[in-house]
Amino acid sequence: MIIRVKPDKTGVVTDGVKHSMNPFDEIAVEEAVRLKEKKIAQEIVAVSCGPAQSQETLRTALAMGVDRGIHVEISGTEYDTLQPIHVSKILAKLAEDEKADIIIVGKQAIDDDANQTAQMTAALLDWPQGTFASKIEKLNGELHVIREIDGGLETIKVKLPAVVSADLRLNEPRYATLPNIMKAKKKPLKKVSPKDLGVDTTARIEVLSVEDPPTRQAGVILADVDQLIIKLKEGGHVQ
Amino acid sequence: MNLFRGVVETAQVFPFPQVLNEEQKDNLKMLIDPTARFFEEVNDPAKNDALEAVEPQSLEGLWELGAFGLQVPQDLGGLGLSNTQYSRLVEIVGSHDLGVGITLGAHQSIGFKGILLFGTPEQKAKYLPRVTTGKEMAAFCLTEPSSGSDAGSIRSRAILSPDGKHYILNGSKIWISNGGLAEIMTVFAQTPVLDEKTGMERDKVTAFIVERSFGGVTSGPPEKKMGIKASNTAEVYYEDVKIPIENVLGGVGQGFKVAMNILNNGRFGMAACLAGTMRAVTKKAVDHATTRLQFGRRIDSFGTIQEKLARMSTLQYVTESLAYMISGNMDSGSTDFHLEAAISKVFASEAAWTVTDEAIQILGGMGFMKECGLERVMRDLRIFRIFEGTNDILRLFVALTGIQFAGAHLRELQKAFKNPAANLGLIFEEATKRAIRSVGLGSPPSLADYVHPNLSSSAALAAKACYQSIQSFGQAVEGTLIKYGRGVVEEQFVLNRLASAAIDTYTMIVVLSRATLALQSGLPSAHHQELMTKVWCSEAAERVAQNLGSLRSDRTLENFSTLSAIAKHVCENGGLVHINPLNF
Repeated sequence: MIIRVKPDKTGVVTDGVKHSMNPFDEIAVEEAVRLKEKKIAQEIVAVSCGPAQSQETLRTALAMGVDRGIHVEISGTEYDTLQPIHVSKILAKLAEDEKADIIIVGKQAIDDDANQTAQMTAALLDWPQGTFASKIEKLNGELHVIREIDGGLETIKVKLPAVVSADLRLNEPRYATLPNIMKAKKKPLKKVSPKDLGVDTTARIEVLSVEDPPTRQAGVILADVDQLIIKLKEGGHVQ
Repeated sequence: MNLFRGVVETAQVFPFPQVLNEEQKDNLKMLIDPTARFFEEVNDPAKNDALEAVEPQSLEGLWELGAFGLQVPQDLGGLGLSNTQYSRLVEIVGSHDLGVGITLGAHQSIGFKGILLFGTPEQKAKYLPRVTTGKEMAAFCLTEPSSGSDAGSIRSRAILSPDGKHYILNGSKIWISNGGLAEIMTVFAQTPVLDEKTGMERDKVTAFIVERSFGGVTSGPPEKKMGIKASNTAEVYYEDVKIPIENVLGGVGQGFKVAMNILNNGRFGMAACLAGTMRAVTKKAVDHATTRLQFGRRIDSFGTIQEKLARMSTLQYVTESLAYMISGNMDSGSTDFHLEAAISKVFASEAAWTVTDEAIQILGGMGFMKECGLERVMRDLRIFRIFEGTNDILRLFVALTGIQFAGAHLRELQKAFKNPAANLGLIFEEATKRAIRSVGLGSPPSLADYVHPNLSSSAALAAKACYQSIQSFGQAVEGTLIKYGRGVVEEQFVLNRLASAAIDTYTMIVVLSRATLALQSGLPSAHHQELMTKVWCSEAAERVAQNLGSLRSDRTLENFSTLSAIAKHVCENGGLVHINPLNF
């Protein structure tokens, strides 16, 4: 896939690009399914905010074992400028509506790498948060979230309800099997708009210009170190 | 196929079949990525090849994925895919691992296909869930030591037990794919059948569903093979195996028909699978050609490489078109696809061989190294021209079935002449057709009405070449029949030329149909498809002219008898007759 900047420099060309689930979110879904398999969770609801193609992503989650999906439809320019703050408000509202006990999200998206949604959602709900989880255990009605930090592992205890974000080594997500993909078509998938949830998704940022990275100048091969020093001096890199 | 009468049944080829409804398309789209991902991330073809078995976790993964029951109805645990949907998924398999492809194919394309096609509701309910979610492997057991291409000559025999409740099977089978792993087998054996006309008992082939657990079923060690090493191939022995009579599949004495139908129904899958292989192999060659510098230039700037890549792309295009044309026709209920399926198997297996061979040539020394992965594909591909009906037998099948059809048609005409008054219309019609043919004019059957204007006007050559081939083909068949009569059966040199001409002609029509659809729907690749179609039709028409021309040429016919004589000498001598120029 060759990434190209749109001629009007408002972003990159995404037409025809395949939408797939963010790998960290996949880990989050897998963890939820495992919690249900361990009978810790009762029901799993997957949420995706985005254009119509987001439904395909939700179907994948349903095929992995999620019970139902909510598609928060956001498209066009609103989608282009959608930020973690918007997504956090949506998740917070849905968590209240659904009376969720745990929100699990991927620690960050692999397109903008923002790494803010879990934290903001917890703040909006005023719930405790356990970010970058590499292991989750439920003990005595509390969630023990183990995180990889410099120098070792850290265990934090959070009371439920809580927000957790999934790190890379939390689990290895299962493959959605073909029969489950077919069955997932029959699972409920609800479509709502941010407006329905009372969330304002007006842009908070403005994209001024998206530029291609500068093309690399061709290099030259020099005969010896003396030549190199001359060149470096010419270029003003050394005195 | 009316080709053999010099006409095209256009309804069978135009428009190019588009049989999937929106739901089927949706479902298929959802299945593609996870399947591709499995083959990219979990399955390791090189490891499977080295291990000479599908790695255990990969095999387990394939079962979990649902890849073993693609066409089993959903209520029996499968995915209930149509032939077209199946084509699309096996394309993915073929592009990654042919050894796995055979493991899957031997299981569902032939292993339990008989149950799908001919099983009673009870047989389906009992066995299909077992071979799908029950993770029990299936196999198709026909070939025997003394019975390869001549399937009617099998010696395995099953006789009814005295109480009439069982058949007792004895015999052995060789080169059975999945033979060492299969729990459920479709086994063919001779059974005594009473001939109602003569009142005599005669052996006829019957198909049985045999479970390994019936007792008396054993299998040999995995065979060491040139390719498709990951798939298990073994001998299977049956010693006094008690088969309940309700396990007769498709009726007593109907086994030959059952076997042929299973094979016919599976052949399109091979074309689809190999279309995937060719796509993957061509990609490797293109990646290399567009980055490799020699003599200061990228090698794709050389005509030699360009011709190879263009031909590889075109051969894949033709094969893929055949696969989807046939699976599409099958899905829309056609039952008359035997010739087309045979053509697709012959064409696909030879095209894939050529394409992979050329890919290796483009990569040069790198292509020859194991690391590159192409040598494995080459080894894997070799069997495709041999198994499920050798290409040699299928060529004769194509020629003879066609001739039989044309012959029957001519007989109708002879009958009509016996009662001219009543059949005036028929005779008149034929006379006109022939007159048109003999003056070489004529529009029927004009393809121009069906193909896109781009292909019939600016690329008039393609459609015209195809049209001319069809015409001269009909004439050649007629001429051959008049010349040899029934003896044509023995004229294999001649039959092979007819078969080649039939294959070329059919492929021309098929790509014309697909390119027309592409142009009409304004696909981004339409122009590219048009180019491939033009060049394919132009060259195929030349080959048709040459092949058919040779049947009328005394020089060629003399060459045939000379070749026959040379072969005879070599055989009498037990090897080459000539010594080297040194004469010692």
